[in-house]
Amino acid sequence: MPIIKNLEDLKRVREEAHENRKRETAAGQIELIVGLSTCGIAAGARDILKAILEDIQNNNRVRIVVRQTGCIGLCEKEPIVQVVVGDQPKVTYGKVTPEIARRILADHVAGGKVLQNHVINL
Amino acid sequence: MPVETINGHRVLEAVNAALDRHGASREELIPILNQVNQALGYLPAEALSEISLRLKEPLSSVLGVASFYSMLSTRPRGRHVVQFCESAPCHVAGGREVWETLREALKLATDETSPDGKWTLITASCLGICGVEPVVIIDDDVYGNLTADKIPEILARYS
Amino acid sequence: MRTIRSMVLVSNDLISMQRGAQDVYDRLQAEIKAYGLDQEISLAMVSDVGRHDALPLVIVYPEAVVYGPLKVEDVHGLVEEHLYKGRIVVNLQASNRELSGKIAWLNTRKGTLPAEQRIVLRRAGIIDPTNIEDYILNDGYATLGKALTYMTPAQVIDEVKKSGLRGRGGAGFPTGTKWGFVAKEKSPKKYVICNADESEPGTYKDRLILEGDPHSIIEALAIAAFAVGADEGYIYIRGEYKLAQERLKLAILQAEEMGFLGQNIFGTAFNFDLRIHCGAGAYICGEETALLESIEGKRGQPRTRPPFPTTHGLFGKPTLVNNVETLANVPPILLNGATWYRSFGTLSSPGTKVFTILGNVNTTRLIEVPMGITLREVIGIYAHGMKNGANFKLAQTGGSSGSIIPASLQDTPMDFDSFAKAGVALGSGALLICNEDTCVVDLAKVLLNFFRTESCGKCFPCRIGTQRACEMLEAIADGRATLKTLDQLMDLSTTLVNLSNCGLGQTAGTPLKDILTYFRAEVEAHIRLGVCPAGVCNTTEAVQ
Repeated sequence: MPIIKNLEDLKRVREEAHENRKRETAAGQIELIVGLSTCGIAAGARDILKAILEDIQNNNRVRIVVRQTGCIGLCEKEPIVQVVVGDQPKVTYGKVTPEIARRILADHVAGGKVLQNHVINL
Repeated sequence: MPVETINGHRVLEAVNAALDRHGASREELIPILNQVNQALGYLPAEALSEISLRLKEPLSSVLGVASFYSMLSTRPRGRHVVQFCESAPCHVAGGREVWETLREALKLATDETSPDGKWTLITASCLGICGVEPVVIIDDDVYGNLTADKIPEILARYS
Repeated sequence: MRTIRSMVLVSNDLISMQRGAQDVYDRLQAEIKAYGLDQEISLAMVSDVGRHDALPLVIVYPEAVVYGPLKVEDVHGLVEEHLYKGRIVVNLQASNRELSGKIAWLNTRKGTLPAEQRIVLRRAGIIDPTNIEDYILNDGYATLGKALTYMTPAQVIDEVKKSGLRGRGGAGFPTGTKWGFVAKEKSPKKYVICNADESEPGTYKDRLILEGDPHSIIEALAIAAFAVGADEGYIYIRGEYKLAQERLKLAILQAEEMGFLGQNIFGTAFNFDLRIHCGAGAYICGEETALLESIEGKRGQPRTRPPFPTTHGLFGKPTLVNNVETLANVPPILLNGATWYRSFGTLSSPGTKVFTILGNVNTTRLIEVPMGITLREVIGIYAHGMKNGANFKLAQTGGSSGSIIPASLQDTPMDFDSFAKAGVALGSGALLICNEDTCVVDLAKVLLNFFRTESCGKCFPCRIGTQRACEMLEAIADGRATLKTLDQLMDLSTTLVNLSNCGLGQTAGTPLKDILTYFRAEVEAHIRLGVCPAGVCNTTEAVQ
């Protein structure tokens, strides 16, 4: 990352990052976001992350970026996994188990079918 | 001076490492104690006197700090430390039952260490993970949404 | 998950009950279910509506339409027309629409739900906290740049003052005023400190901000340092928050690399270094002078005040200490202006508040809503009602240092001044909601045990008082107490409040006062009858 010396530097960095993100989205990149906060981890988020990474490797799934985020305040619904396909709206899954995580990858990410039963509205 | 050995670690080594990292100044006393406590499992008297000498602080004031904070222990602890949250939110959410089960399973009372040196059971004030109450922390692992029947399975993970 | 769009309240005072309010309630419940609306409408009883001419009353929220007197036969039409089709049933409306009782606030809502408004949590759970690029993409460090480039320290303080921001740690002290105190000190060395020793039971809002949006606190601290003229800062974070510590350490490294911390920030003469100090497990270190002692490497025992930290703080230098949530409000205020900030919340407590909802409710969660929301709304809308349809008995606010709020106060707007007027405290934002299976003596026992454990032992009213209070509460719970014990307990409460050195002892007296004020009959039942009305305490020792 460059050193920021004034507001123009900051603006440039922001715009570059913005362009990068837009390119990735346009290329059909799929984002899987796992809530990794203490409450998420206590509810088993690390196992979910592991299951997702293993599944991606085992099935040679491509163009998937796995990211982490903090807690959105719905600790009761942890572990939470969010899926962003291209520029479609974000889909949020709650109380995810490793099994559900694998189904999210197979049905939603690969098959384009949202698992309605496990979706939570924010 | 003979080098004391505790839990297979040399006390002096642990103290040296902590002083090297944080520097031998009074302001760094808590980080130093924290690191030694983590390395040795507790703060043996030898470690405290060594720290007191090196920081040129009276032993009484080093001991004062060591005994004040709940994450520091001046007594040996078991290989695994079980922290149970006893604050109101966990209590209301069924913590009492979990606590009873925990005590029976470990056969320990508060602040006791098992004779084989495996477990120490302590109660803690709110751990800030109330969204998944009731909560137990074993070493650094957090277990949330606990019920009494989950306890045996969780304890079995530790050797 | 369910989104509640409407609340229906049925009056259940004595007159209403005699006129069949229970039947109206039962029929409403059945009809709402029959229309498949039970996932989006929350139904509750309400006392003291302040209207005696038209009981039983049914109030539909958020439109604040008052129907009454209502008969069981009217319910079907009401549900079909108003709740299902959304048309107000004019001929069932009460003649005079004014409500003088406790829920008079309904009219002031002007038909809107107090929607969640995320200011301090706007990035938590959205961005990747380990990636500074994510933060910059979401307006990150733009406010610091703006403040350093275009504003003077006095202008920054002025804007914070105008916003009316008040400390979110519990006391509610005006933030801008505090900044002004430190700024006017003429000292070559000053410190700014973020108090992240969040230990109030039931509170985890600060952890959420630190874990989910660590850069926002770094940016806010840098702005605060610029405003008060400090060049060094600390984040005092509680020892148990391991993940938050890791994320903050990483964030500080990233900020240093990009020049948001260090020398000549944004090419100006402003320098700022930031360090983390991890606690080692002590609730009392959340008290600001104890926190200073702890950073200096001592036992975390509060100092005697005055002098205040604003003049004699860390290492004797003027020091600004702010809570995490307070600081997180600063960048949005400077970015969008004080007027924008004042459009949320109430006149005396502008902005939003983060509440953690816990206890016997359907959904335990964390919300950020405008100040002035009521407990009834929180339970009905955001917690999706009481678990298993139980009755709401009390809420314990603000961790242990808050108050025990009885159901009769659930329509008091939750802001600093309204709560102070009602004689209760808002505290740090934890709302522990309890149903009727909760015994107040048992709850007070848990709370006082907390204070007994966490008392630092410096002053004797607190050290001995919390111990004696625990013993007396145990005696009441076991059925060993006499009525004289209650007088002693009240005395002790006054002693704790008036004579303790710091906030810990002072608030330790509050739960004692609260249970004796609001739940005296229940406490007395333990003594006079040897019975715990909630069936929690074992009072058998009294039965001889």
